[in-house]
Amino acid sequence: MSETTPTPAGTPVIELRNVSKTFGEVRSLSGIDFAVYPGEIVGLLGDNGAGKSTLVKTVMGFHRPDPGGEIWFNGKLIDDWSVARARDLGIETVYQERALCEKQPIWRNMFMGREPRTKWGLLDVKKMRSESARLMSEHMGFTSAAVHPDNVVSTMSGGEKQGVAITRALYFDANLVILDEPTMGLSLTETGKTLDFVRNIKAVGKSAIFIDHNIFHVYPVVDRLYVLDRGKVAGVYDKTQISMEDLIDRLYRVARTGSLT
Amino acid sequence: MSSETTIKKPADNRVAPPSFLRRYGSQMGIIGVGLVMWLGFVAAAPTVFTNANIYLAFAQTTPQFGIIAIALTFVVITGEIDLSFPSIMALGTAAFCLVVQAGGGWPVGLVAAFATGAVCGWINGALVSYLNIPSLVITIGTSFLFRGLELVLMNGTGVPLTAEDYPAMHAIFRSTLFGIPIQTIWMVVILIGAWFLLNRTRFGAHVFLVGDNPTSARLMGIDAVSVKTRSFILVGLMATFSGLMTSIYGYYFWPTTGEGFLLNTIASVFLGGTSVFGGTGSVVGTFVASYIIGAINAGIVSAGINAFYTQLAFGLVIVVSVVLQTLIDRKIRRQSMTGR
Repeated sequence: MSETTPTPAGTPVIELRNVSKTFGEVRSLSGIDFAVYPGEIVGLLGDNGAGKSTLVKTVMGFHRPDPGGEIWFNGKLIDDWSVARARDLGIETVYQERALCEKQPIWRNMFMGREPRTKWGLLDVKKMRSESARLMSEHMGFTSAAVHPDNVVSTMSGGEKQGVAITRALYFDANLVILDEPTMGLSLTETGKTLDFVRNIKAVGKSAIFIDHNIFHVYPVVDRLYVLDRGKVAGVYDKTQISMEDLIDRLYRVARTGSLT
Repeated sequence: MSSETTIKKPADNRVAPPSFLRRYGSQMGIIGVGLVMWLGFVAAAPTVFTNANIYLAFAQTTPQFGIIAIALTFVVITGEIDLSFPSIMALGTAAFCLVVQAGGGWPVGLVAAFATGAVCGWINGALVSYLNIPSLVITIGTSFLFRGLELVLMNGTGVPLTAEDYPAMHAIFRSTLFGIPIQTIWMVVILIGAWFLLNRTRFGAHVFLVGDNPTSARLMGIDAVSVKTRSFILVGLMATFSGLMTSIYGYYFWPTTGEGFLLNTIASVFLGGTSVFGGTGSVVGTFVASYIIGAINAGIVSAGINAFYTQLAFGLVIVVSVVLQTLIDRKIRRQSMTGR
């Protein structure tokens, strides 16, 4: 299907080869080849139900690919891929559904699954609280009096919740950050902040996968673009090869006809 | 656009740290209920309730179900329930008796008993978390399974556990230390251990997260299957502990051991402020609630009230305090959500 396959130099940080994913009788992904190289931002576009979120969750190890699909990390085939493994290797995700535990205080959410421990192996609650307070004021622009780390997440606004999810991905100094619809439900300034955050990932030489419905958010920040349609990769573009107008045109066409050309 | 103000607004009208009442509201509530009840008993029968013997009696019997309630708190916080612990009490103690009868000696018997309890808990946990079977359903099934296995193994007969034959077991489970019944000392030790496990370990942190939102927890790399399974194993171990303690207390292992424990134990967990919806709960609350339920039992009888009133008193205290907790909780929540 894909008319051009630009391949940046080097070994991909993460690579999926021939990955399919079936849920019961529904085939969400079929034969996906997908790669992210060091220092690049890859955009993932596609209509609702194209398989974007399933692809992200497969990259993260939440979904196990159907037999035959392979996941490679830094040039090595990995058999026992799992979320814990992916996070250990430096992949962090801001999920579309935010993946927060809303009855818990901010500090428990911030360190979910990666809780720091003292030298006796006990939970370092003091550090979790103070680091959360620091992150909230430094990265999210909350004054320390406005949001207390002991505040329960369910009392926060949508933008604040998203802030927790983004700050959490940022804190662990990931090599690859995946953002699944991070600007959904955000105000203009919050969206601007999020896009700055994505640009900053590239500036420090890390990689990112950026998924968003709004092509005006995606196009300016990415280096390469994957277009997904009905579980298949319909096209891969280097940003230098395609203008935004042309891309929009093709997205309309693929949604109608299932073909990019 | 007023995007500037929409960001600032929610931040401005929220009180910074959650109030003391909000954080410990339900614990305060349960301690309050306990105090009021105790004052009521003292007023009703001052001579009885100023006598230390009454406290000695219920300090011996309350831990029999309170210890299981502390462990069950973990399972309830993960959003599950275990109804099979009365059967595990019996099966674990049966394993002890059988090993000792076969000439294994009491230490080997203890190992066998706790191993049995752990396996029972593991079976419950694995069925619930691997196969995603609702725990309410499957633990009714395993309850019959464990009880049935125990009845078949013991052939329906009991075993005497006299102090002459089992001096060490009586020292462990039925003596006094510094004038305090050892049962209550065990319960305090287990409470402290459980508090650290729940509030100061990764396992405990994951118990809260898995119970709050299992999908979020899994998306962030938490092994929900393992967390739930370990919680059920904890109940299995503590049920065995309690089965042994209860049998030694009565000098006899009855094949029916554990019967009558189900509701007391579960009531202690919920009375202690642990939410049936998962994600929130406290072992300290369960500890206090266990003694409240224990006190009703001892108190009613000692106050010279007809024992038929016991269940009525249980029901009143449980219903009234759970309703109060819910109302307090809702009120605190609404106040903290100003502007919404």
